[in-house]
Amino acid sequence: MTSNTKSGKDTIEGLQCPIPLQDYPRVLLAHGGGGRLMRQLIEKMFLAAFDNPTLKLMNDAAVLKMDSSSLAMTTDSYVVQPLFFPGGDIGSLAVFGTVNDLAMCGAEPLYLSAGFILEEGLPMETLWRVVQSMRTAAQRTGVQIVAGDTKVIDTGTGDGLYINTTGVGTVKSGINIGPAQVRQGDVVLVNGDIGRHGIAIMAVREGLEFETTLESDCAPLAEVVKELVDSGVELHCLRDLTRGGLAAGLIEIAHSAGVHIHISEKYISVQEDVRGACEILGLDPLYVANEGRFVVILPEKDSDKAKAIIEKHFPAFPARIIGKVEKEAQPVVTLENFLGSRRVLDLPSGEQLPRIC
Amino acid sequence: MKYLDEFRDAGAARYWAEAIKRTVTRPWTVMEVCGGQTHAIVKHGLDQLLPDEVTLVHGPGCPVCVTPVELIDHAIAISLQPETILCSFGDMMRVPGSERDLLSAKAEGGDVRLVYSPMDALDLAKAHPDREVVFFAVGFETTAPANAMAVYQARQQEVRNFSLLVSHVRVPPAIESILSSPQNQVQGFLLAGHVCTIMGWEEYEPLIEKYRIPLVVTGFEPVDILQGVCMCVEQLEQGRAEVANQYTRAVNREGNRHAQELIQQVFEITPRLWRGMGTITESGLGLTPAFRDFDAAQRFPVEKGPTRNSPDCISGDILLGLKKPHECPSFGTSCTPDQPLGAPMVSSEGACAAYYRYRNNGKVYDLKH
Amino acid sequence: MCLAIPGRIESIIGKEPMTRKGRVNFGGIVKEVFLAYVPEAGIGDYVIVHVGFAISKIDEKEAQRTLKYLDQLEEPDDEIPG
Repeated sequence: MTSNTKSGKDTIEGLQCPIPLQDYPRVLLAHGGGGRLMRQLIEKMFLAAFDNPTLKLMNDAAVLKMDSSSLAMTTDSYVVQPLFFPGGDIGSLAVFGTVNDLAMCGAEPLYLSAGFILEEGLPMETLWRVVQSMRTAAQRTGVQIVAGDTKVIDTGTGDGLYINTTGVGTVKSGINIGPAQVRQGDVVLVNGDIGRHGIAIMAVREGLEFETTLESDCAPLAEVVKELVDSGVELHCLRDLTRGGLAAGLIEIAHSAGVHIHISEKYISVQEDVRGACEILGLDPLYVANEGRFVVILPEKDSDKAKAIIEKHFPAFPARIIGKVEKEAQPVVTLENFLGSRRVLDLPSGEQLPRIC
Repeated sequence: MKYLDEFRDAGAARYWAEAIKRTVTRPWTVMEVCGGQTHAIVKHGLDQLLPDEVTLVHGPGCPVCVTPVELIDHAIAISLQPETILCSFGDMMRVPGSERDLLSAKAEGGDVRLVYSPMDALDLAKAHPDREVVFFAVGFETTAPANAMAVYQARQQEVRNFSLLVSHVRVPPAIESILSSPQNQVQGFLLAGHVCTIMGWEEYEPLIEKYRIPLVVTGFEPVDILQGVCMCVEQLEQGRAEVANQYTRAVNREGNRHAQELIQQVFEITPRLWRGMGTITESGLGLTPAFRDFDAAQRFPVEKGPTRNSPDCISGDILLGLKKPHECPSFGTSCTPDQPLGAPMVSSEGACAAYYRYRNNGKVYDLKH
Repeated sequence: MCLAIPGRIESIIGKEPMTRKGRVNFGGIVKEVFLAYVPEAGIGDYVIVHVGFAISKIDEKEAQRTLKYLDQLEEPDDEIPG
């Protein structure tokens, strides 16, 4: 795991929290009130951290230049608790998550907007750590945060801090990646172990705490996708695996594409400690959240080339073919277990809850 | 993971499946009592490895499934009172009461918290002395020592704002209720290994004398379950009826005396209403007089409204092993995990949910290639 | 019923029998577990844990015996389908 996303404790060189802490150690309602305090927050914190010419213009909207006829756009809101967790925080998540969604369409992510909903009383230092983390994540993925918004809500009506990010990117002509392109005989590749993000968060959640050295898999995927696209491998479908885990990601593809995806348990890597946590909490790692894992569905002929590229970016785990698109045109995902028997993977009703029986 | 991986070994599992095939000569119906075993059987497709002669039916061993609607309604009513925090295991959150489940009560403003252990609920009570913390104590004998300890410690430490809403059930009377039914088809039982870890198997021996039926204390991993089935079929084929122990690494005849002692201090045997099965004498545990101050049912009496069990739900027949989930007309149509009519469709141990999840709502695809 | 998982006791906290706890390792993650019901268990032992309580110490010999029984019966070229 890269250290620059870790908990955001380290300060960016030459940048100190710019809001005089002695004056405003906590977020006040006035910081979202449209007056002097809000302006100070924007100028001294957001502009300073996200520093770019477009944002500096402080227009009502960012005017962006792009040299492409195809634009990809996505939005996502981040409400993770706790705000800081082993391997990441809400800030890095808000940048990587949206950038990853763009990447999954084969787009090159360029710009983000950031909307902050702050709870009155949030320590200014906490906000600053999150903003620093976003700055680092944006730099790492080569995107600029060019528009933003801040609202402050009353104490007790939020969980400290929510972030919405919207992202745009350009798609080169000729690129058409999505479930509709999935073909019979395609193979399913995954870029590493699964379930680490969900368990890392659970480990620090109130009431379920356990000791672990586990870190979230939270990671940007734009670079690896760019290299895959540039390499000329025939990419049929990409999907980043977030809530609902590997199972939900594949089930969504199977349903949109109308295909039968068959995977094998023995090729799916789950780290021993993730397994241990799943065992005691009664969870199925196939359904546990990830934030830096994605599946690539592509023709078998290109799979070695794709694997090599993925492994270059994610050297800690071998990229693996975990399954295949089968002949039947039933929209279903099946799993072969260690006994060789098959079962159907179904979407869960909601978030998996720890169970005792 | 040690003691798990060895018992999930494919070669060993196939070995026992073969051993069952070699042993069996005629049809037998075996019930696994424990929902954890049901879950493992369906998840790993163990029933598919069995010869046609052996039919596994799924028993009432899911504490969530047998908790009566009245108590779920009571828990919901408690959670909606302003000064209370209702704590529960994750399993109970989505079980339908008459009108709604605990998650819906939370959405309506009830303070409902998910805990891993009853001791976490006790800690919560200590952390919030101004609030009443109620733990929804469901479970079989396995969970009784933990719940007993929570209330014992509450008394020791004088944590007065802690109480238990008790819905504890015992396995032997449930087995007896199944065996004494005129419709009974079960010829042998796999006993729940973790229940026996606590209770041992002495209390099952009278059942052998009375009903002449093999009982095999069985663990939870695929190899355990297949070996347990094999040991049961062997007895059936040879006309023997004994308590046998497959789960020797964790269970002995006496059980866990230390746990039993505290259970006896805190709980006494009571009649209990089982969802779908009616009231069974001596089948429950309630707090003893010494701990009655910690009884949430007394502390938070609620007016009992009319309870509503769905008339279309045949969970009673499912729990008694008389019907399989897919034989229910509502299965997968008007009853799904998103819109459950009864508890067995909710709990991951519930036979209906297990069938739905692992059999894709009953539609059986030809999965063989 | 009753999800219970084996883990290894790494260290023990406290001496009082009713409140003695162990740090128990499950495949790399560690959770504090009450040991009141397994007074015989010590560091290095495997215990079966249910809702935060160790309910039984695993009998290593018996575990091996269950598996050994299998080795003896399994013939080397026992046909395994699939």
